[in-house]
Amino acid sequence: MFPAVLLVAPVLLAGCAGDASALDPAGPGARAIARLWWVMFFAAIVLFALVMGLFALVMLKPSVGARLPAGRWILWGGLVMPAPVLMALLLVSLVQGEHLLAREGEGDPLRVEAHARQWQWEFHYVGAEGGPVTVGVLHMPVDRPVDIVTVSADVIHSLWVPALGGKIDAVPGHRNHVRLVADRTGTFGGLCAEYCGTGHTTMRFEVKVHEAGAFLDLLERDFAE
Amino acid sequence: MTQPRGSEALRLHRQLTAIWGTGPGLARLAAVNHSVIGKRFMATAAIFFAIGGLLGMLIRTQLASSQSPFMEEGVYAQVFTMHGTIMMFLFAIPMLEGLAIYLLPKLLGARDLAFPRLTAYGYWCYLFGGTIIIAALALGVAPDSGWFMYTPLSSRVFSPGINADVWLLGITFVEISALSAAIEILVSILKLRAPGMSLDRMPIFAWYMLVTAGMMLVGFPPLILGSILLELERAFDLPFFDPARGGDPLLWQHLFWLFGHPEVYIIFLPAAGAISTFLPVFAGRPLAGYQAVVVALIAMGFLSLGLWVHHMYLVGIPHLALSFFSAASALVAIPTAVQIFAWFATLSHGRPRFSLPMLYFFGFLFIFVIGGLTGVMVAMVPFDIQAHDSHFVVAHLHYVLVGGFVFPILGAAYYWVPHITGRMAVNHLAKPAFWMIFVGFNVTFFIMHLTGLRGMPRRAHLYPAEPGLEIFNFVSSVGSFIMAIGFGLVLLDFALHFRFGQAFRRNPWRAQTLEWAMPTPPPAYAFASLPHVEARADTLRPDDVGAELAAGRGYLGFVREGRMETLAVEAIGGGVEQVVELPRPSYLPLITALGTGVFFLAMLFKVYWIASIAPLLIVALFLRWTVGRGRQGDTGPEPIGRGISVPSHFESRNAPSIWATLFALIANATLVASLAFGGLFLWISAPGWPPPDMPRPDLVSSLAVLAVLAIGGVAALGGVSAGAAGRTAPLALTAAMHAASAGFFAWSAVSIADPTAHAAAATVFVALCYAALHAMIGFVFACYGLWRVSAGWVSPARLLDLRIGLLVHLYAFAAGVITLSFWWLLAELGAPGGEA
Ligand code: HEM
Ligand SMILES: [Cu+2]
Ligand SMILES: [Cu+2]
Repeated sequence: MFPAVLLVAPVLLAGCAGDASALDPAGPGARAIARLWWVMFFAAIVLFALVMGLFALVMLKPSVGARLPAGRWILWGGLVMPAPVLMALLLVSLVQGEHLLAREGEGDPLRVEAHARQWQWEFHYVGAEGGPVTVGVLHMPVDRPVDIVTVSADVIHSLWVPALGGKIDAVPGHRNHVRLVADRTGTFGGLCAEYCGTGHTTMRFEVKVHEAGAFLDLLERDFAE
Repeated sequence: MTQPRGSEALRLHRQLTAIWGTGPGLARLAAVNHSVIGKRFMATAAIFFAIGGLLGMLIRTQLASSQSPFMEEGVYAQVFTMHGTIMMFLFAIPMLEGLAIYLLPKLLGARDLAFPRLTAYGYWCYLFGGTIIIAALALGVAPDSGWFMYTPLSSRVFSPGINADVWLLGITFVEISALSAAIEILVSILKLRAPGMSLDRMPIFAWYMLVTAGMMLVGFPPLILGSILLELERAFDLPFFDPARGGDPLLWQHLFWLFGHPEVYIIFLPAAGAISTFLPVFAGRPLAGYQAVVVALIAMGFLSLGLWVHHMYLVGIPHLALSFFSAASALVAIPTAVQIFAWFATLSHGRPRFSLPMLYFFGFLFIFVIGGLTGVMVAMVPFDIQAHDSHFVVAHLHYVLVGGFVFPILGAAYYWVPHITGRMAVNHLAKPAFWMIFVGFNVTFFIMHLTGLRGMPRRAHLYPAEPGLEIFNFVSSVGSFIMAIGFGLVLLDFALHFRFGQAFRRNPWRAQTLEWAMPTPPPAYAFASLPHVEARADTLRPDDVGAELAAGRGYLGFVREGRMETLAVEAIGGGVEQVVELPRPSYLPLITALGTGVFFLAMLFKVYWIASIAPLLIVALFLRWTVGRGRQGDTGPEPIGRGISVPSHFESRNAPSIWATLFALIANATLVASLAFGGLFLWISAPGWPPPDMPRPDLVSSLAVLAVLAIGGVAALGGVSAGAAGRTAPLALTAAMHAASAGFFAWSAVSIADPTAHAAAATVFVALCYAALHAMIGFVFACYGLWRVSAGWVSPARLLDLRIGLLVHLYAFAAGVITLSFWWLLAELGAPGGEA
């Protein structure tokens, strides 16, 4: 099965492009998660091959395995092998998580409130003059953190921009926060991840990432109208 | 058939069959025998699996292309919700219950489970509840908010139809069977074993089921509570989940996943238990690392109760709190790995041979290991940000559930169906069927990891028409058809087996467990006489033991006054302790389940006057169960053969029903604990607290009712010995105190001005109703005790009724005290300025 997995890997890679793909990141957060994924993916292949290889060994050549006492099998396979892998992984993701889920307001972010309702997204640019609002499109500047606070007017929704590595639920009665950072301009797909009724499938939006100057112009000119 | 020739054995067989057998024709509806009910559970679950699988195929048909007009969104919602609901609640759980019900007595060396009528009642509840849900599907009004029914989507505002009520009431109806099975299994494993079988000699499957049943006992009550609260909100507008009135949608998520996470281990453990039972047989040696496996199981049981938040990483919980649950989630990999390596150790120290069950073990291992690895991935908070609610999770959950349950269960089926039919399989189709399922499964679901990461959310019936996504989804759908054909072949294979299988003499796999020490198909009484177990129960010699037992040379190798007798032992040591007399086949379980169904249907169709009298009917029916049970004179120790005499369970201090009462109360206490958790959670988390207008308890009446509860408790404690001496005054006092307490709590509940105004008032209202209800139950038990005493069913030796009553009384009085304290606490916290 190992060669099969190797065959699959390029296919995986080939299929990664797209404007709403977690594997085609457009920001540091999404990139970090994608890196974590690839590390876990290859580690998983190794562990999987190891387990299946041992199974083949004990079925076909039990005499080899019989040299190891049963207690050792369990100790090594059940404890010694998984424990360090898990510990390392936990540590890495703890650090990464602390980084990704930055406190609201750190580092001069742009503030946006995302109002979810069945079945559309409305973005309020907090603090900008005239309190501009866009529906179905989130405009943001490149290379500047955007703190999004999600609120919901009806049921639970979930804001997800795979390419920027952010997802957070919009829960009625709660204000949740997620930080998005883009390091390249372009248009990326955003969608509602939590099932929210019959319009769930169509509850999509676009994220347009602009150069900083262009973004300011947009705020001042176009939205003010 | 393996009938011993001896005429003695034949005579015994005839006598036992006459009293243990299920009658023909309509009398089948009165069946209480574990073999019969176990098979019914499994067959019914298989049918639900077929329905659920069909719905899965409809989903894959829809997703085969990106803009398919096959289903519109409303239909798709019903289809995926019902697919998940059926698979989890109507297939997986009942299937494992059926397997346990069928196997446990046979593995443990008992003639039946501890409460055969309860088993039958559970089955009927399952069948009727499941039928209601399927009927809703057929009528196009099936639940449609996803299998975890998140509020507010499932609330009355956003789901005004009957759909969500079908889920809440239908599933709760079905859960009665899960709770009754949990109690049944716990007590049967702890008490109804062959003499000599101490806990550390139990067959490993019993350990798996012991842990599973314990998890069910505390796992289901939060879900049942959640369903009750949500139904109360939908039907009577009590705002537990409405943020505008002090409720919180997140409360539902906590209650649901408090159940939902243990649920997946509840499903996996019995399947792993089946593997641990058949794998050693094909390894040609007993399971290695028995103790390590038991420790791993217990660790899993405890860990699994602390993981539920990993389904809620994105609801806005602080990251450090999440890390705790993330670590716990990753750590379950360790006990899982311990089991897998115990199996490897067993194989490598034996002489493994391939066989169909082992082929399915291979399928299990391949798929489940992948599911476990992706499970560790999604347990990592950063990665879950991307994977959550995408098709990656759909892939992960199918790898775990299909790999960890469907494959082992099919292996178990190939292993134990010969036991059920007495025939060996033909098996021409079995291998191609396996490979089609295996390949089809991987093609279907492996790709979903990728579509998920490429941004495909779950529960969406359309997706962008990008070539990548479209090709992947199409391949996945093709895979699912291959898998479906494989399942069809398995069905055909079993049909051929039933028709053309070859009869075998005995123990075809050369197993070393007790279920093979009986004729196959098994007689209703399972063992003609009961064994004495002197070694670990997976190292026995069924062929020799079976012949001995059939000849009546074990315990109870005779028929006494036409009674259905089996033995109970000390829970830990396994020394023989009492003769348990089991009840006869009876229509009461069916009738009581029908009565229960009346209640649920009345709730569903909002005919509340019927719903409020139906409980009286149900209580009356349950009281009818007790008529004629017990003895009116002391019998003292009764001979059980081999020169030993033990008391009947009516005269034992440790009768199974005492244990059952205790477990039922533990489940019940979990329910209140969940309610208390809910109240405090709302106070911490929900907007709109403290409430503007909190109903407050009154000091004088609180003290008065505390006195009532205390007097009641003391009276109940004195009631047992007094009742033994024929005096009824303390019991009468107990009854009076229950009545007073019920009056107080009911009056307090109705005097809450407006329970719909705020979640605080609603929570207090429900707690008060709970206390009132339990006082009424206590009252019924006290009156029942009075009747039993005066009718001569009680003596200093025969105290069972009163001792069960005592537990219930103490629980009810304690519930009163707790409710009162909870009310005070909430009122203080809810007072203006009582904010954290
Ligand atoms: C015949 C084989 C099966 C197929 C083709 C299948 C297919 C699917 C698909 C495509 C989904 C995702 C639907 C969506 O999110 O839009 C799904 C969801 C699900 N499946 Fe299956 N499945 C199968 C067997 C099973 C089994 C055996 C179980 C459990 C024991 C199961 C449990 C679930 C659950 C719990 C969900 C989630 C439902 C929800 O989101 O509310 N499935 N299935
Ligand atoms: Cu949605
Ligand atoms: Cu879980």
